[in-house]
Amino acid sequence: MKAEHLHALQVAAAQRIPVAFATRLPDGAAFILPDPAAPQALALEAAAMLAADRTGMVTIGAETWFIEARNPAPRAIIVGAVHIAQSLAPLAATMGFDVAVVDPRRAFASADRFPGVVIRTDWPDEALQDLRPDARTAIITLTHDPKLDDPALIAALATEAFYIGSLGSRKTHAARLDRLRAAGLTDATLARICAPVGLDIGAVTAPEIALSIIAQMVAARRGKPTRA
Amino acid sequence: MTMDSEDILTIAADWLAAGEAVAVATVTSTWGSSPRRAGSRMAITQSGRIAGSVSGGCIEGAVAEAALRSIETGTPQVLDFGVTDERAWEVGLACGGKVSVFVEKLA
Repeated sequence: MKAEHLHALQVAAAQRIPVAFATRLPDGAAFILPDPAAPQALALEAAAMLAADRTGMVTIGAETWFIEARNPAPRAIIVGAVHIAQSLAPLAATMGFDVAVVDPRRAFASADRFPGVVIRTDWPDEALQDLRPDARTAIITLTHDPKLDDPALIAALATEAFYIGSLGSRKTHAARLDRLRAAGLTDATLARICAPVGLDIGAVTAPEIALSIIAQMVAARRGKPTRA
Repeated sequence: MTMDSEDILTIAADWLAAGEAVAVATVTSTWGSSPRRAGSRMAITQSGRIAGSVSGGCIEGAVAEAALRSIETGTPQVLDFGVTDERAWEVGLACGGKVSVFVEKLA
């Protein structure tokens, strides 16, 4: 592997640019695709594997190539810079998520409380509009405050986010659903919200609740049931 | 594969920048119950530093040895480990899976 390829892969990752890294076996000749200099057959295979987020070996003519789909990291947008978020943010980062914490209450959303995390202090619906969640994004609301959670959920449900979780008891969530129905959302849409949030592992402390949430996010990402 | 905090390439780049001789091992394919998927990586330095993994821990030693050879010779290697492979028994791929690993020097 050439150092310049390694550097280019790091730049692509930092800029969230999807690339396919193709290595010919066994001699190690490599391309980072898209690349106009790459053979067309390889370019087609690489594009297909990147689209399918698939990594593996392919045979092209007489050659064997290992193609690694390097799509941008999934994102976790946490609404509510609360105590649980302080556990959830580093856990999500460990799981490979790019983490953003959103809370207009600056006393909560401080770099002190969230070292190394992207912090946004605009309103959740505005922040979500700006962050443009895609199908590789998880959104978790933790504020417990309808003024913040409701607009965040309405904005989240308008996206393809693969996971939407919202903190609150069954009772809190029932009241939330009533408000969101009144705001015009259908039951089918509202069914996307995981609430009460997290896998049922009997979590009590903030780190335990964060663990139950991250476990549910992983289950959703890997196509497993989010209710154990 | 999605890049994640397991991205061993960043560590490999740091080691290279620090003047170490580095090899990178990448799982290129797996069969059966091998624990690490294609794209999993391990970085190895000539000085003996290791990051990441290409199996549940059973073939890392053999891969590290091969990596040192690639660092010496500059020649990449394809290593196959499996239950039908004498060598795999030696290094103990006990899970019953098979795994193919590409080892190359970072240059």
